[in-house]
Amino acid sequence: MQFQPIWLSLELALVTTIILMIIGVPLASLLAFRSFRFKSVAEAVISLPLVLPPSVLGFYLLVIFSPHNFVGHLLQSWFNIRLVFSFPGLVVGSIIYSLPFMVHPLQAGLQSLPANLKEASYTLGKNRWQTLFGVLLPNIKPAILTGVVLTFAHTIGEFGVVLMIGGSLPGKTKVASIAIYEAVESLEYGNAHIYSIVLLLISFFILLLTYKLNKKLFKPASS
Amino acid sequence: MIHISIKKKLTMAEGDGWLSIDTSVEKGQLWAISGKSGAGKTSFLRIVAGLLKPETGRILSGNEVWLDTTRKISLPVQKRKIGFVFQDLALFPHMTVFQNLRYALKGKQNQDVIHDLLKMVDLERFADSKPDRLSVGQRQRVAIIRALAGRPELLLLDEPFSALDAEMRRHLREDILRLHQTFGLTTLLVTHDLGDMYTLADRVLVIDKGLVVKSGPPKEVFETDDSSGMVRLQGEIIQIRDNGVVFIAEVLTGDTVIKLLISEGEKNCLRPGMKVLVCSGSFEPVIKVLG
Repeated sequence: MQFQPIWLSLELALVTTIILMIIGVPLASLLAFRSFRFKSVAEAVISLPLVLPPSVLGFYLLVIFSPHNFVGHLLQSWFNIRLVFSFPGLVVGSIIYSLPFMVHPLQAGLQSLPANLKEASYTLGKNRWQTLFGVLLPNIKPAILTGVVLTFAHTIGEFGVVLMIGGSLPGKTKVASIAIYEAVESLEYGNAHIYSIVLLLISFFILLLTYKLNKKLFKPASS
Repeated sequence: MIHISIKKKLTMAEGDGWLSIDTSVEKGQLWAISGKSGAGKTSFLRIVAGLLKPETGRILSGNEVWLDTTRKISLPVQKRKIGFVFQDLALFPHMTVFQNLRYALKGKQNQDVIHDLLKMVDLERFADSKPDRLSVGQRQRVAIIRALAGRPELLLLDEPFSALDAEMRRHLREDILRLHQTFGLTTLLVTHDLGDMYTLADRVLVIDKGLVVKSGPPKEVFETDDSSGMVRLQGEIIQIRDNGVVFIAEVLTGDTVIKLLISEGEKNCLRPGMKVLVCSGSFEPVIKVLG
């Protein structure tokens, strides 16, 4: 019985959440406030992981990142990065897989703010970025918390994408959900139980904490 | 001098139309912009501020070109030296009053100006309060001094007096006039209220369906010969009653309901909801439909 898969799951979820925060904020603000050609296409692509079986996503990522194909070959020969069956590959897969879970709450949060807040900041001489970080994001803290928690929890719970792109290399790509699957396959129900209960408790307490925080910290504010 | 000449397609209450305004505001003047809802008053302010782009137009502030559609120039809102007070104020709810004002400072501007501004409107003791702890009138004053913190040349106020009772309205008028004079501002104020226009404005611009229908000092715009020298009250008809012998119109002016005897002819012209001007001289009162 090893706890490494659980640590790996937590590490993957943490790295994915941090990177998605950085990508998600500008992306959500773009979708919330700007209109551009092919916006609907962009929105549909971001939402795809919500409806697509994870195995489909994992399969395509496996094909794309395979060193035998163009993108994978390019990454390998130019940057010496190999994404299939590696932790960085899991991170890339998780980012794509959890993208809507970060972007949607942020986008909805930004769109729910009165337009005047943004315009007032502009009339006070502040640019888009100053407005985003100084006024808009501080007023959608509940949405940010929701995005962070959903992304983290969704990444911990992911299975199909991880299995397809990462396989099950102990210490590298064997995360908790895969360890459970393997334990059951080899009839080690005891281990499967332990992994499962740990995941269950982690997920439950993360959600519990979120609801508590949301109630305590972010009372509805009015101008 | 601020020269404004703009054309903007608008969807108004009566259907699509054009907001078309060509005027010049002298530096240091306070203008009231009046007109029915949906006439284009707010759009006009937003275009001047740079929050809304007109189809064609030119806005010059002194020698500075803010907008010139023929030369494809449109100075972004951040670069126009304006202060804007929104109808819903748009105070930042997560910041205290002090932080709201500090946010409005430009570059290396000294923070002392915040205390001076708070002092001017008697809000020093609320510096550390969040906006939701303040009364409507206090919030209104914060919004106005926040708009002034960055030292704009042009102050744009979108119905700052709505939602205020008569007493608070009077206080705020005094504050606005004092700030306007102290800072040597040019001010455009959207308001429906005759009292605001009379007490504050150097000039009134009445907009209807996107066009300026009247313009001039408030006295010229609202006074006509047959009612000069009379007491004038602006109000709204709330009810017309027929008590069998005479007709009685109940007109709400400020907090008071005035009951007026009207003729059958007048009764046929008047409807509840109409804005009217009640004039009373030495003899019988006269009732006129406004707008």
